[in-house]
Amino acid sequence: MSPTSSSEDLKGDTARRKPGRSGSRSPLIRFLARRVLTALLLAVGITLVTFVLTNLVPGDPVSANLGQRALGDPAIVAQWRAEHGLDKPLPQQYLMHLQGVVQGDLGTSQQSHRPVMDDLAESVPATLELAGAAILISLVAGVAFGVVAALRRDRLTDHLLRVLSLIGISVPTFWLALMAFYVFFYRLQVTPGSGRIDPTMSPPPQVTGLYTIDSALAGQWDVFASAVGHLVTPALVLALYTIGLLTRFTRSAVLEVLGQDYVRAARAKGLPGRVILFRYVLRSALVPIITVAGLAFGSLLSGTVLVEAIFAWPGVGQYAYKSATTLDLPAVMGVGLVVGGVYLVINLIVDVLYGVIDPRVRLQ
Amino acid sequence: MSLLAISDLKVSIGGKEILRGVDLDLRAGRVHGLAGESGSGKTMTGLAVLGLLPHGARTSGRIALGERDLLAMPAKELNTVRGGEVAMVFQDPATSLHPMLSVGRQLTEHMRHHLGLDRKQARARALELLGQVRIPGPEAAIDRYPHQFSGGMRQRIAIAIALACSPKVLIADEPTTALDVTVQAGVLRLLRGLCDDLGLAVLLVTHDLGVMSAVADEVSVMKEGLVVETGPRGQVLRDPTHPYTRALLESLPGETS
Repeated sequence: MSPTSSSEDLKGDTARRKPGRSGSRSPLIRFLARRVLTALLLAVGITLVTFVLTNLVPGDPVSANLGQRALGDPAIVAQWRAEHGLDKPLPQQYLMHLQGVVQGDLGTSQQSHRPVMDDLAESVPATLELAGAAILISLVAGVAFGVVAALRRDRLTDHLLRVLSLIGISVPTFWLALMAFYVFFYRLQVTPGSGRIDPTMSPPPQVTGLYTIDSALAGQWDVFASAVGHLVTPALVLALYTIGLLTRFTRSAVLEVLGQDYVRAARAKGLPGRVILFRYVLRSALVPIITVAGLAFGSLLSGTVLVEAIFAWPGVGQYAYKSATTLDLPAVMGVGLVVGGVYLVINLIVDVLYGVIDPRVRLQ
Repeated sequence: MSLLAISDLKVSIGGKEILRGVDLDLRAGRVHGLAGESGSGKTMTGLAVLGLLPHGARTSGRIALGERDLLAMPAKELNTVRGGEVAMVFQDPATSLHPMLSVGRQLTEHMRHHLGLDRKQARARALELLGQVRIPGPEAAIDRYPHQFSGGMRQRIAIAIALACSPKVLIADEPTTALDVTVQAGVLRLLRGLCDDLGLAVLLVTHDLGVMSAVADEVSVMKEGLVVETGPRGQVLRDPTHPYTRALLESLPGETS
């Protein structure tokens, strides 16, 4: 559109609009570019923070990794330190680390003696599959429950959903994971055991690293069924907290929007109830909902450590636990980087969604 | 000819009587002003017509649109009257327009629903409406969002939305109260003009007697849920019979009589 003539006409009456600026190509593209740039700067910050924090940990990787006899020999200790770059000053170590990160080299794990990158390439998709499934389940169930609770305010359904969400929020994930494992696998034997697929099957050819998607892509439906079966219980256990949280937030967000003038105005226009609910109410309520969902994803990631341990899910949580307890610094930094990166991406997605949903964000 | 006749309308919310038997008569091409202090029941009267009263409100009496009683109408049928035959303009256009939906969307959605127009027809009609309420540059304005307009322009858009399905009755609830004084006159002139041109029956709810004397043909004065005085503007404002109307008129600043 060419705003030159119309912006002249409107000038007198559109006080808040900046004439001329609205003429630039696409506000959405500029908005996106700004967000991505910020994310990149933050990514560099994350490498610095993970590096500093990891090196501040009061623990000596040397004594954690060498045996008693080797520790007694200063020559071996010095050689080990030199091998892992620990004899250089910290700033130099950081630059070496940063250089490696840019080249996709996160160093070698002192425990597995494999590149940290390779270790992560195996464990990250496993965790993403678990956490992704959990957040999907939470969003669908949490938003649906919240909307229903708001529409049925103070009736039986609302009270039931309130109890359900409070249970979800207050029951500890590790206990729930143990109980789910015990009841459904051990007692009732309705769910498969631990791991990502049946131990007799081999993983599908790797494309995304997510077994459910890879097996579907390869058309291996028996593997797909097994992968989904193994995913359901841990994902549900992980999701329960977020479902409770989102139910509560969605309920209050929807109730607030229902009281807005524009909803009454929409009723006065004679629009059907479902149009008012989806177009008018949910659109506004989505802004607080995605804010909470983005934050909840963080707590969900930390929840994976326990759930992965109980369901023997070979993900980042397990890897982080192992490397932290053995002071495997390159591995710890690698995990920190990945988790920080995931947060960045989630925040970026949330920011972009704000812009997509709300024109006031995108057009400012 | 009477288009909308309200008779003995009573509304109570949570056991409290808000309206205690209101009678009003709206005629085509006439602006009927409804005055009174805050809490006198003016807005509730307007909301009752469209069945938009708060939850738990109990009503009795009759609101006749032609032969049909709006109070006794099933929800589905009432929904075709809302926006279709009886439309409403609210007090504050900053909150009564959805901030995340474009002007075009809010102008066309109920046209498509009530009149069954397709996207193109609805857009053409929307452009026509924007011109009718004197929004400059309708072609550009239709793709913008409410926050990109000033208060006066937003209220004009809200009026265009109300007029979209060619209603017979327009209820305007304090349509100028939230606006700058400088743009109030323009919006009132617009309402008056639309009433004359389209033969609308307008119920103008306002606490502002200045607004009233500028555009209303008939004036009703409400107090504590009752209409205490009704009559032609000149008579009610110049020669009030009820002491409350006199008190209202005397409270006007700068009014010498």
